[in-house]
Amino acid sequence: MATILAVDDSASMRQMVTFTLKGAGYDVIEAVDGEDALNKAKNSNPDAVLTDVNMPKMDGITLIRELRQLPAYRHTPMLMLTTESSGDMKSKGKSAGATGWLVKPFNPEQLLATIKKVIS
Amino acid sequence: MTIDLSQFYTVFFEESFEGLEIMESELLELDSQEPDIEAINKIFRAAHSMKGGSGSFGFTDITQFTHILETLLDQIRSGDHQTNHDEINLLLSSVDCLREMLTAARDKTDIDLEHIQAVQHDLENALGNKTVKKKEYEVAQTEQENTGQIKKEWLISFIPQPHIFQTGNDPLRMFRELEELGELNCTVDISKLPPFEKQDIEECYLSWKLTLISDAEESSIKEVFEWVEDDCDLSIIRSSQETNEMESVSPDFVGSPDVNNKQKAAQVEKFDGDRRIGDRRSGDRRKSRDRRSGSVSESTSIRVGIDKVDALINMVGELVITQSMLSQFSEDFDVSNIDKLCDGLKQLERNTRELQENVMQIRMLPISFSFNRFPRLVHDLSNQLGKKIELKLSGESTELDKTVMEKIGDPLVHLVRNSLDHGIEMPEERLAAGKPETGTIHLNAYHEGGNIVIEIKDDGAGLNKDRILQKAIERGLIKEDEKLSDERIYELIFRAGFSTAEQVSDVSGRGVGMDVVKRNINDLDGSVEIKSEQGKGSVFTIRLPLTLAILDGQLIRVGNQTYIIPLVSIVESLQTKVENTKTIAGDVELYRLRNDYIPVVRLHSVFNIECDSTKLEEGLLVVAETEGQKIGLFVDDLLAQQQVVIKSLETNYQKIEGISGATILGDGTVAMILDISSLFRLYRERSHYNDSSILNTQAA
Repeated sequence: MATILAVDDSASMRQMVTFTLKGAGYDVIEAVDGEDALNKAKNSNPDAVLTDVNMPKMDGITLIRELRQLPAYRHTPMLMLTTESSGDMKSKGKSAGATGWLVKPFNPEQLLATIKKVIS
Repeated sequence: MTIDLSQFYTVFFEESFEGLEIMESELLELDSQEPDIEAINKIFRAAHSMKGGSGSFGFTDITQFTHILETLLDQIRSGDHQTNHDEINLLLSSVDCLREMLTAARDKTDIDLEHIQAVQHDLENALGNKTVKKKEYEVAQTEQENTGQIKKEWLISFIPQPHIFQTGNDPLRMFRELEELGELNCTVDISKLPPFEKQDIEECYLSWKLTLISDAEESSIKEVFEWVEDDCDLSIIRSSQETNEMESVSPDFVGSPDVNNKQKAAQVEKFDGDRRIGDRRSGDRRKSRDRRSGSVSESTSIRVGIDKVDALINMVGELVITQSMLSQFSEDFDVSNIDKLCDGLKQLERNTRELQENVMQIRMLPISFSFNRFPRLVHDLSNQLGKKIELKLSGESTELDKTVMEKIGDPLVHLVRNSLDHGIEMPEERLAAGKPETGTIHLNAYHEGGNIVIEIKDDGAGLNKDRILQKAIERGLIKEDEKLSDERIYELIFRAGFSTAEQVSDVSGRGVGMDVVKRNINDLDGSVEIKSEQGKGSVFTIRLPLTLAILDGQLIRVGNQTYIIPLVSIVESLQTKVENTKTIAGDVELYRLRNDYIPVVRLHSVFNIECDSTKLEEGLLVVAETEGQKIGLFVDDLLAQQQVVIKSLETNYQKIEGISGATILGDGTVAMILDISSLFRLYRERSHYNDSSILNTQAA
């Protein structure tokens, strides 16, 4: 089954995302910020990355940019979870190499539908 | 799949309250003229997380509130908004509002809607005419679009840019998604495909022409291509006669105007609905005001660092190894193995001790949890009183048992308030006394032996001995001609019904409290002492046991009974001499210990049991100290010292004077743990012993 790297500094959001994804049969690697995610990404090979944008230490956009530069992550789908529905954050994410986004607040059904868009 | 979101609430509330603490402490540090960007970022992130979480978990009112707050913070962060002192205070009150809203959401209680709306209004005013985009902060909702019934034929031209794979997007997956909307026909254009040897496998050379027969609206089709709108040339045409013109995709097609309006309308309705519910609730909101602390359903969960848990698992592993080693001996025991058996038992002892230490560690939290509320308290109160006060904190990482921490919170608040109100003088008084205008309150914590010591130190006026004495005489607490040591004078302020404040203020109350402070600390087996110098300041020192679950005890024997005396309260143990014993008033026994006379408490008579000998010189006297007062406990013998696990008598049986709990000894028997201060009280009552008259009699 596909593995997803889920990154969020908020424990409750992380718990919700993990619970939802695991319930749908995905394996989940959790990370608490960009730095943590980058370290974990180097030692694993997830099929998709799902990251919050606003985080301490390293934000989601920097994480995506860093990951895209790793050979193993050149084509990995990377989604941002963003409360900013304005185009600004999305285009920043896109230029960093994000595949797409999911606008917060979202519910578990929306999360799974979005994940299905990138993992066949 | 439906998921019950309420299972995530606990964590959400926990992290939100933590977020509020962060916001509060950062706001208090913030310089309104030149706000520190990193601090603003931290505050912003906390508000932002709360907004995201509350939205996803369905707490609309919190989402709305945090959204406005976040917008303001964002403006401050980007330098668009110059903040001032009043605004920092406004931000602090919004932290209070959020705390109130979160508490209400957690405990399912009412909130003071008027107050919250007032703060929300102020926040909106602070934002000025920069409007708040309401669309962003609505609760997640899966709104099915009202799709038309008529099947339409859509012609889609999709020409991705060569780098599309590098964004993680895959045309194939998009087509699969389109296929779910209706009947899809696909033609691939391979004209741009270079010769094989020139192909870069990471580039996309293909483009597609798609025909979709579906009842879906254009917006649903656009949604499929939403993520790649900038990475492709896309056109979507409806091939029916009436709309034949080609429509190119505008960059902001994501939310086309009609969809937006529909959503907005739905949201406004929802918004109003919430307000209405809120209005209905606000009937008895008064009582819920100021419910900040002491909430009914205090969270009983505890967050433990993963390292502590790992250490535990490790310990248990060791224990299992030891256990299996020991069980081998029982299979074929030979006397020659006795050394190994002893080694094994020693190992078991070590394992148990380590395990115990590690388990206790889990309950330990840094005292910063308790200290963190003081910056705000001092900030608010000094504003209110018109005093200038700087708060210093040190030793915040000192760890303390969670239960002890919870119980010491209120006494600490009271003592700090007391220092603020009665200790530190008004700025002009301070200047006149040649002191710096700004007073200092220093909270310090450190470990000392098996205790944690908390100090509250101020550089204020110090306690006024004459005034305390005068007041105590007025209140009939002491006699006019009594001579008391400084310490004992200071202790008078802990007596019930004592207050020297000439003007009763709403800060430190009406003199109720200091006696409660003392009682609370005593209930925790702790002590509080005061040092003060007039004109220089005072120090309140609280000593508390690190934990309430385990106690270092001295086992003693009276007749055939074993009792335990908390080691911390024992000063010394000695064999008595007949010439040092003195009996006064017929039944009050005193023992001369160097220059003092101390009362003798005969445990056998307190508990009405047989003892070896009733002659003092044939037994031992254990000198223990409680509330600054020494007493001698007459026992038959001293046994071992050991750590004992405290079992409550009250929950298992009933409260007994003189006994604080019980424990089970190694041989399985139950032993009572003595409560020295309660023994002393008991003794005082029985012998009509008056402390002020006898205890200060200096030995001749």
